[in-house]
Amino acid sequence: MAAEFVGMGAARLAAAVAEGEVTAAALLEAHLDRISALDGEVRAWRHLDLEGARAQAAAVDAARARGERLGPLAGVPVGLKDIFVVEGMPTQCSSRMLEGWVPGYQGTHAQRMREAGAVLVGKLAMDEFAMGSSNENGPDPSVHNPWDLDFVPGGSSGGSAAAVAARMVPLSLGSDTGGSIRQPASFCGVAGLKPSYGRVSRAGMIAFASSLDQAGPMALEVEDLALALELLAGADPKDASCVDLPVPDLRAACRGELAGMRVGLHRAALGLEGLDAGVRACFEDAIARMREAGAEIVDIELPHFDAAVACYYVLCTAEAASNLARYDGLRFGHRVPDADLEVQYAKSRASGFGDEVKRRIMLGTFVLRADSYEAYYGRAMKVRRKIAEDYTAAFARCDLIASPVSPVAGFRLGERVDDPLAMYLSDVFTVGVNLAGLPALSVPSGFAKVGERELPVGLQLIAPAFEEARLFRAGAAFERLTPALRERVPPLLAKGGA
Amino acid sequence: MSLHDYELVVGLEIHCQLATRSKLFTDCPFDTGGEPNTRVDPFTLGWPGTLPVPNAEAVRLATRLALALDCELQAHSRFARKHYFYPDLPHGYQITQADAPYAKGGAIPFAPGKALPLERIHMESDAGKTTHGVREGVSGVDYNRAGAPLVEIVSLPALRSAKDAAEVLRSLRQLVRWLGVSEGDMEKGSLRCDANVSLRPRGVEALGTRCEIKNLNSFKFLEAAIGAEARRQADLLDRGEAVVQSTMAYEVDADRTWVMRSKEDAADYLYFPEPDLPPLRLEAAWLDAQREALPELPGPRRDRYLAAGLSDYDAEQLTADRATGDYFDAVCEAGAGAKAACNWIIGELAAAMKAEKLEMVACPVTPAQLAEIIALVEADTINGRAAKQVFEAVFAGEGAPREIVERKGLGQVSDRAALEAVVAEILAAHPDQLAALRGGKAKLRGFFVGQVMKQTRGRANPQVVQALLDAAIAER
Repeated sequence: MAAEFVGMGAARLAAAVAEGEVTAAALLEAHLDRISALDGEVRAWRHLDLEGARAQAAAVDAARARGERLGPLAGVPVGLKDIFVVEGMPTQCSSRMLEGWVPGYQGTHAQRMREAGAVLVGKLAMDEFAMGSSNENGPDPSVHNPWDLDFVPGGSSGGSAAAVAARMVPLSLGSDTGGSIRQPASFCGVAGLKPSYGRVSRAGMIAFASSLDQAGPMALEVEDLALALELLAGADPKDASCVDLPVPDLRAACRGELAGMRVGLHRAALGLEGLDAGVRACFEDAIARMREAGAEIVDIELPHFDAAVACYYVLCTAEAASNLARYDGLRFGHRVPDADLEVQYAKSRASGFGDEVKRRIMLGTFVLRADSYEAYYGRAMKVRRKIAEDYTAAFARCDLIASPVSPVAGFRLGERVDDPLAMYLSDVFTVGVNLAGLPALSVPSGFAKVGERELPVGLQLIAPAFEEARLFRAGAAFERLTPALRERVPPLLAKGGA
Repeated sequence: MSLHDYELVVGLEIHCQLATRSKLFTDCPFDTGGEPNTRVDPFTLGWPGTLPVPNAEAVRLATRLALALDCELQAHSRFARKHYFYPDLPHGYQITQADAPYAKGGAIPFAPGKALPLERIHMESDAGKTTHGVREGVSGVDYNRAGAPLVEIVSLPALRSAKDAAEVLRSLRQLVRWLGVSEGDMEKGSLRCDANVSLRPRGVEALGTRCEIKNLNSFKFLEAAIGAEARRQADLLDRGEAVVQSTMAYEVDADRTWVMRSKEDAADYLYFPEPDLPPLRLEAAWLDAQREALPELPGPRRDRYLAAGLSDYDAEQLTADRATGDYFDAVCEAGAGAKAACNWIIGELAAAMKAEKLEMVACPVTPAQLAEIIALVEADTINGRAAKQVFEAVFAGEGAPREIVERKGLGQVSDRAALEAVVAEILAAHPDQLAALRGGKAKLRGFFVGQVMKQTRGRANPQVVQALLDAAIAER
């Protein structure tokens, strides 16, 4: 009965609850059934709050019974990346360092989701402290891509992407510092939005690199992203970098057309060594569809495109080294006691952080040292400005920029764990967006072969800062151009989940 | 060579805690005192996911101070993170301003014609407090102070004596209290001072190597520590040894400084712009409004009082704090003469306030009332002795001066005829004394005046009585 709702979008489910087609409680149980059926293989969840979720669902049903007006996400099960603070819910950022930490305050994202009536099911797996592109970093078992369990789901919001792809929840929240929403969305065949820097509060989202981090939604449908962003966006007195701008009607924007939009194409990037042929073909196909739908494709230049990855890894590691300084084992989380304070710091941090996190702390500490600051951090800040200027100049010629999300459709678990540099370089299409503070959408655009297997591929659309409405207009229109993509589900689901 | 062969060069770094109700980057309430860890919130404790949000009141107070010190306020400034690991620093970094402070230049005036030029003032958040041995083998950390708003005032190395250094700090304390930007309490730590000290042979331009003495928390210690450090450096130089740039501590009992750490051990603080905070923008119109809102400052006020004919001492007393001068101005405004107003305020009024342990702002005598008392004296309506009684009654809340004069019958008797009768009566009653007075025992004049005052219950106009006595003695 309620099982038939599993796989539907968030807006549709909220309507079903509001109309009385299904109760929030039944909806939750149906999704929990899906989770228990599949999560043994996918491993998307770090923490399930069954008791809390059931109480929230019951509260929604009670409110409806009393005839109260329900929120726009009332009764919709939602998962949060383990980077989001939820009062009273273990929040660990997938790190041993935060073992046992249960936040004593409510994060803005959890609060706004709850106010909208969402049922917070639990916490989703991620790369430790959001550092990684494969969900293999950290003390926990890796997440598997629901489309092919031998493959990674992408990262760092891999759990958030996999949970939506496996229809365990219709909507999840991720965070994106250099592509951490868009790349796993692409790998898992779901839609994901990285909002403009400052559009969504960062209060209650554990910091990786403060000037780059943004929270954003992941869903099966572009319109659900619009709904979620409308709820998440807006000034927050707890975050000085969150801007006080009106949030336009983003769901209305989803009804717009591609016709009349100028879509910028950075052709030079398509010659990139390492860009998979299947991914490239998928992208060219997407461009052709957009042109057919009436979009004007214009060539643009991004002269500093090649410098973005290096620039990004200098800045994000510097900020990470600083943001992670507070994890000293004294006030919360993991501690290795020692009579000598310095030794205790060293032991706690050495055993609490995983390899990738420690690598980035060391890199970041190096670039901030007084004798290397100018050559690295100072220079990277200058390059960052150039990159932002490139985008500004490009947007004088177009409304949006289209590009692949990742140079590859995916890779196998374990395939790249020993080659961090290759992992970093695969962020080439996504990091510039964060450096420039722009909003970008990853929307499913097709499939590509990886060896014998076939995996989803996303299309990235980038807009000027605070022009998310353009992304929704183009993204939803593109989604309507590719209805067959929505019909195809991960083989795992056919096997027995649903 | 001896100390006299060297010139002492001193620069100061002064931390001043801003008198806000909440901390610099969170609305967590803040005041001094309180049980440990009762003035904390998720941000103060560095909990993951919390972010700094600037306190507008702290920015206003910091701006007010910088304007009063004639600094160049920066339209754009920026916060930075300064990193080090210590238990009382919950984030692992302090939020401060490094390469882009909000105020540059300016000076602290500290004596007529003398001022210590400043390099800069910046805002920063305070650390918590670690106490070792709260129990056997246990150190405690109190985060109440963590995140408290500070300004750090950094001077140029422009002082030439330890005494001037203490004067600067006194003047600054007066100013921050005057402006209401800080309690300026060295004992409670809301005003703290480090001193950079170096010596150079007299006549040499180049500065010597400096050492920084940390945590000088009284005027006396500041002065003494600079002296002790100067002696230490002079000894080294005399022996032909080099001064090594170091951070020093001052040991009060031994009156000596010792090396805490040398420059080589100095930490790399990994400074970089605070990515959680947008640049701080001070708009011109807002700055103008802040400048407009500044009160008259101690220096100009002292000059004005001197110009009004008051002595150095009087001007000093009246500018000790802003409320006293404001009161004085109001008394003068109500018609009193400057000298009389000053005498009353630093005399009777100050004594009464001190006895009642009252602050100037809580003064029970309004400036208009004091001016009225002064006017009554000047109009010969009451004499000085009665004036004191009137003052006491007004202070005790018994009513307005003129009413009190009437109710208590304190009005002065200046009527010659009436007083003549009294004088005659007194002289007649004391023939021996009168004879002695006439015989040259001048001291007895006082006796007769006293008798007349006694007879009139203090109301006789002393000048009239004197004149009548003169006439009577001369009569024979």
